[in-house]
Amino acid sequence: MTTATPTVGAGVQATGPTTRAARVRKRLNSRTATLVSIVLALLWTIPTFGLFVSSFRPEDQIKTTGWWTFFRDPQFTLQNYQDVLFSSGSSGQLASYFINSLAITIPSVLFPIAFASLAAYALAWINFKGRDWLYIGIFALQIVPLQMALVPLLRFFSTGVTLGGVQILPAWDLVDEQKFAQVWFAHTCFALPFAVYLLHNFISQLPGDLMEAARVDGATHPKIFRTIVLPLITPALAAIGIFQFLWVWNDLLVALIFAGGGDETAPLTVRLAELAGTRGNEWQRLTAGAFVSIVVPLIVFLSLQRYFVRGLLAGSVKG
Amino acid sequence: MEFDFAAEQPKFLMLMYGLIAFVAVVGGLLLLLDVVPTWFARRREAQLVAAVAAGGPIPRRRKPREGAFAFFFLLPTLLFLTIGLVVPAIRTTLLSFMDSGSTEWVGLDNYAWMFDEDSIVRVLINTLIWVLLVPLAASAFGLIYAVLVDKARFESAAKSLVFLPMAISFVGAAIIWKFIYAYRGDEQEQIGLLNQIVVSLGGEPKQWLLESPLNTFLLIVIMVWIQAGFAMVVLSAAIKAIPADIIEAARLDGTTAWQMFWQITMPSIRPALIVVVVTISIATLKVFDIVRTATNGNYDTNVIATEMYNQAFRYGENGQGSALAVFLFVLVLPLVIYQIRNLRKQREG
Repeated sequence: MTTATPTVGAGVQATGPTTRAARVRKRLNSRTATLVSIVLALLWTIPTFGLFVSSFRPEDQIKTTGWWTFFRDPQFTLQNYQDVLFSSGSSGQLASYFINSLAITIPSVLFPIAFASLAAYALAWINFKGRDWLYIGIFALQIVPLQMALVPLLRFFSTGVTLGGVQILPAWDLVDEQKFAQVWFAHTCFALPFAVYLLHNFISQLPGDLMEAARVDGATHPKIFRTIVLPLITPALAAIGIFQFLWVWNDLLVALIFAGGGDETAPLTVRLAELAGTRGNEWQRLTAGAFVSIVVPLIVFLSLQRYFVRGLLAGSVKG
Repeated sequence: MEFDFAAEQPKFLMLMYGLIAFVAVVGGLLLLLDVVPTWFARRREAQLVAAVAAGGPIPRRRKPREGAFAFFFLLPTLLFLTIGLVVPAIRTTLLSFMDSGSTEWVGLDNYAWMFDEDSIVRVLINTLIWVLLVPLAASAFGLIYAVLVDKARFESAAKSLVFLPMAISFVGAAIIWKFIYAYRGDEQEQIGLLNQIVVSLGGEPKQWLLESPLNTFLLIVIMVWIQAGFAMVVLSAAIKAIPADIIEAARLDGTTAWQMFWQITMPSIRPALIVVVVTISIATLKVFDIVRTATNGNYDTNVIATEMYNQAFRYGENGQGSALAVFLFVLVLPLVIYQIRNLRKQREG
């Protein structure tokens, strides 16, 4: 494809043939590139597509023939979704877990973002002693993998804090759906270092004149934060919101430990992992179930991809 | 229909409590910080007026209390970080030197155990294979795709498709790929895509996930499938950021596509490439969900994070579990430090 372009001496006439050749080459180039990249993209999508098609096939069909035979002999049913969402007990009951996922995710996104934006503002625009060191400290906490915190944090919830035999904080003693609070707490802690870091990047780059003018007018920090900073950082808030949403919705480890496995608190991921373990051959449930868990992040992701990509590019060292 | 919506009500109630708590905490904090200083300012104004009216000296203005504001703005974050990360991390480090019930000090026993026990050595080797292969394969694919798609039509649609797995949970991805690796006896029709391909090429169907060491590589494919999209997006943005006049100049010089890639594209996107490789390495070191969902760590596929979970939360071996967590931390440490230094350099440069 690399036709050597003759290097004609400088001058106007040189551009004529070169550009034509270049144009042809470019068109060829772009045609192969288009073809290859579309083929690869389709290849990348086949696994998900197979799952999607299978989830609409009747049980006996899924278990005896490959999903690709669907196109020869299409048989369509919604029974799998009906079963996996609403039937009780061991066969799914995913609707219940879907609600759990929602109940876990919404506060787990709101709390860290609000706290982190407050902290990021203080670290960027309020003068106080030790500010830089504090920022570096929070920043450095990103290196702690959450595995380091799991055992002690679970003990903090279940037995409280004792120091030298004296009970300082009582155990939380949460039952059933109250355990959501533990998961919110854990997710908030684990999200903060990254959220503070990302928002600090945005907030510290706001024009200083703006703040100065507001201060001169007598605005206090909370007022500046509410009326000037918050509206300006909405794109950043959206980016980190999507990030955190996907992270919490798709998380298995934190939920497994802090929510327990029951249908009162466990999110979709925990339930699906369980189904995959105990009913690994019930493909009619696994395919429909997996799709139920995928569909919400997929919608969020596709509709807000722009913000998500921006968040990714701004920094990616989530601990 | 057996589903009972009434039974779900307590959850919504709990969610509402959570949201009320959110509004109360954040709103309350802002309100408090708004109202109290205003009140002080009013009082000071009144004092001034009174002082002027009385003909006395004007009271000197006190320094504005910046520190107090900073304290309240930072309070929630610091509280959560201390309780949820700093103290636990220190405790985990201590626990790793204690026995399973965390009652007696055992020195380095837990660490010695890690390297003595054959099954754990296997875990460490598996983790090593993961962390060597995943970043390499995912970045390589992401890079090739980013270069290709840069010249292609329908660019954003193609990118979206490759990027899509990023939105899918590791659990979902593991199920998707388990379905591809599914196995049925060789006299039956196959339902797994991989076995179907093997059979149609005249081979024997296999129970892919039971065969060590092949199964580890098949699980690695899942992770690569997810992470390649991330690599592609970041690298594609880096490629787009190369100044057009450099590319134009190179083109006028008659540079071939191959030379263009090695002499212009690669040097320009090097920082982004490093960020991608390091980020994926960190994610790979902590991989948990895929292994747990696909094989539950059986058939020699275990990695550090799943073994840590098993030790600490299934077998009640807190000491050994903590030692594994600390080991994970030590492995991640240099990568993250490198990453952070890189990011700062980029930001300054």
